[in-house]
Amino acid sequence: MLKPVDEKELGEAIAGVTGPLRIVGGGTRGVVCAGDVLSTAGMKGITLYDPGSLTLVARAGTPLAEIKAALASEGQRLPFEPMDHRGLLGSGGVPTIGGVVAANVSGPRRVQAGACRDSLIGVRFVDGRGEVLKSGGRVMKNVTGYDLVKLLAGSYGTLGVLTEVSFKVLPDVETAACVVLHGLDDRQAVAAMARALGSPFEVTGAAHEGGRTLLRIEGFANSVAYRAGRLRDLLGGFGEVEVLDDPAQVAAMWQDVRDVAPFHRREGDVWRISVKPTDAPDMVAGLGAEAVVYDWGGGLVWALMAKGTDLRARMGDVRGHAALVRGDGFARFHPEPAGLARISAGIKAQFDPRGILNAGVMSGGNTES
Amino acid sequence: MEMPKPDAAILAQKSQIVARLQAVLPDGAVISDVAEVKAYECDALSAYRCPPLCAVLPADTGEVSAVLKICHDMGVPVVPRGSGTSLAGGALPTADSVILGVARMNDVLEVDYDNRFIRVQSGRTNLSVTGAVEEDGFFYAPDPSSQLACAIAGNIAMNSGGAHCLKYGVTTNNLLGVTLVLMDGEVVEIGGAHLDASGLDLLGLICGSEGQLGVVTEATLKILPKPEGARPVLIGFDSNEVAGACVSDIIKAGVLPVAIEFMDRPCIEATEAFAHPGYPKCEALLIVEVEGSDAEIDFQLGRIMEIAAKHNPVELRESKSEEESAKIWLGRKSAFGAMGQINDYMCLDGTIPVSELPYVLRRIGELSQEYGLGVGNVFHAGDGNMHPLILYDANKPGDLELAERFGADVLRLCVEVGGCLTGEHGVGIEKRDLMVDQFTQADIEAQLRVKDVFDPKWLLNPAKVFPLGATKERRAG
Repeated sequence: MLKPVDEKELGEAIAGVTGPLRIVGGGTRGVVCAGDVLSTAGMKGITLYDPGSLTLVARAGTPLAEIKAALASEGQRLPFEPMDHRGLLGSGGVPTIGGVVAANVSGPRRVQAGACRDSLIGVRFVDGRGEVLKSGGRVMKNVTGYDLVKLLAGSYGTLGVLTEVSFKVLPDVETAACVVLHGLDDRQAVAAMARALGSPFEVTGAAHEGGRTLLRIEGFANSVAYRAGRLRDLLGGFGEVEVLDDPAQVAAMWQDVRDVAPFHRREGDVWRISVKPTDAPDMVAGLGAEAVVYDWGGGLVWALMAKGTDLRARMGDVRGHAALVRGDGFARFHPEPAGLARISAGIKAQFDPRGILNAGVMSGGNTES
Repeated sequence: MEMPKPDAAILAQKSQIVARLQAVLPDGAVISDVAEVKAYECDALSAYRCPPLCAVLPADTGEVSAVLKICHDMGVPVVPRGSGTSLAGGALPTADSVILGVARMNDVLEVDYDNRFIRVQSGRTNLSVTGAVEEDGFFYAPDPSSQLACAIAGNIAMNSGGAHCLKYGVTTNNLLGVTLVLMDGEVVEIGGAHLDASGLDLLGLICGSEGQLGVVTEATLKILPKPEGARPVLIGFDSNEVAGACVSDIIKAGVLPVAIEFMDRPCIEATEAFAHPGYPKCEALLIVEVEGSDAEIDFQLGRIMEIAAKHNPVELRESKSEEESAKIWLGRKSAFGAMGQINDYMCLDGTIPVSELPYVLRRIGELSQEYGLGVGNVFHAGDGNMHPLILYDANKPGDLELAERFGADVLRLCVEVGGCLTGEHGVGIEKRDLMVDQFTQADIEAQLRVKDVFDPKWLLNPAKVFPLGATKERRAG
């Protein structure tokens, strides 16, 4: 196992190896491939935290929990609410910030605050040639040169090994409430969520699962109370509306949505589907899923399928894509159209000409593509 | 700024190139008359001009593809152009290039309120995107100050920002998908109405690539419900340091204003003389705006004023009505015009960490003394995006060059304190040579290799973004 302590050592290590490498942060996200393990655990620590500039910079191996704690001490948070995959995958380990970025991990607030890649303002990384590279920096508006920051976010270690990541962070909120609708069918639920998300009341979470449709509001206490009331009025036509305002209860509910708790300890494959929200109910009807969770107003569908079911074949001609998050027998990522696949493969070949970094993990991987 | 010498072989082939382009485009869509192409000789960085070989104005993706295929075949460089409002020279042609203008592509293709997006052709102006949805209570968030004129194509090329980025982000955070035509004419769809793309984030890579990777012909944009209301407070201080500290304190207090604008004394005085907004006489002025219902606004402005009061402001003026809000914004919105009344100016847009504001403003003041050129600062303080306006006299020999050297020093200063050369205008030709101050050779090489994938012959907007020396061999291709 390689465990470099800084980017110089990492660069030398990558330049020196001859075989494939499997890059591991906390090992919680279920990314597997062949190769010697290259751990980022030796590169950790918050290198800069400037609350007055809403900026945090940390080395890739830093535990996510350490970052959350540092932010909480100043009343701030990561806007994109990264999910914890351990419950869903039954994995151990400690999530790292580098892993969050490499997999572009977001949560329910993505619908309002953007994904991990939207808060990410800088990366440092070592590519497959062993070159130490950077893009972006520590400021939240930066259009200097190509945005390799976005390219690296969600590249699953196939273009380079992240060494340092920078974020725009946001103030944490005083309180949160949840507006709940009961007994809606999928189509009604998506319509109700669309109505709420299209209102000026800044809904920061819109999910539907187990007969309940959940809408989260966050902010100052008086603001949350006001907005919850307005949403109650707005959604009255969909049936009885309940407002939950115990912050601990609300936090627990949304953690369950974030981590797809209804699928924990249940048998079957888990698929993550990204579609236009109003396309979701009809698509879901054709899946034959054992259970589904709608997040992002319907734009994100988690589906629990009988083992070995080819979900993609059941999606019909809906535009979007499905990733296999738990299970095997199918490619993890949705096949890309030929033009995009060629571009992705070209980029992979430029950053990692020997094809040694997390080979085959994405469709752009040039060993199993 | 140096531009590459035109290729004599291409110049000699002008009539064949024009004929082939005319064959695939409707009448009037190819402009080759020497007098008429002068309309495309520059963008808003008007100190630099060069008429192109010809200009084409295709009407849809198919026509763009046909144009690019011909130029690719014949080895002719192509410079994509939105509305020509770039302050960085992003749409500056060379004499051997074809300008590909998207001005005729301005249709709304689809509006979907349930899924909160709009799909438009990329020549549509920024403000008219909002115009298409505002009656139904929606808006498109990025709002560069050229929004009346600038095209979505240019916004995507430069990843444009605006005054409200602190809350809503920049173009890349509001872009869901594009139809992209590659230099060889191939059309690819990236993203769409769903939120996350599968595979590598090519959408994020395209946004801000300054028209060097492909030509965006259609865009799917996120639209947002309009807030119930918005109102600002104006706060005056007797020092830049204190104003800077106040910005940090507001941010730390958990209030997230939609905009925090900052003006220094030269700008305050110029706008007061020009537009008479009734600003206080002081060293630094903040305009902080929040959104929500009336009660929510009152509450947030109350918090902000509490924080400001601790910094002993010389003025604290809360807007209670639309009329008062308009008056507070009047000066800020006329700041560029007001500075233009004094002299010609060069507008930079380096970004710095907010905590470095006082130091950077002091250094800019010192540099102003050294160069003997006036400078006013008006900028988005919440996100550290500076806009120093350097005053010079275009008719005075050597003054432009002096202003450019001054500007380069300011941008190096931005990089030195942990910031960057450009926060929203783009590199273009203006900041091309300063890239080496922000990036290592290896960083730049990695970016060049990305362009190699999309445009192996280096024909799309080839003389921009990177120092000419670094791209010479590739451009000679």
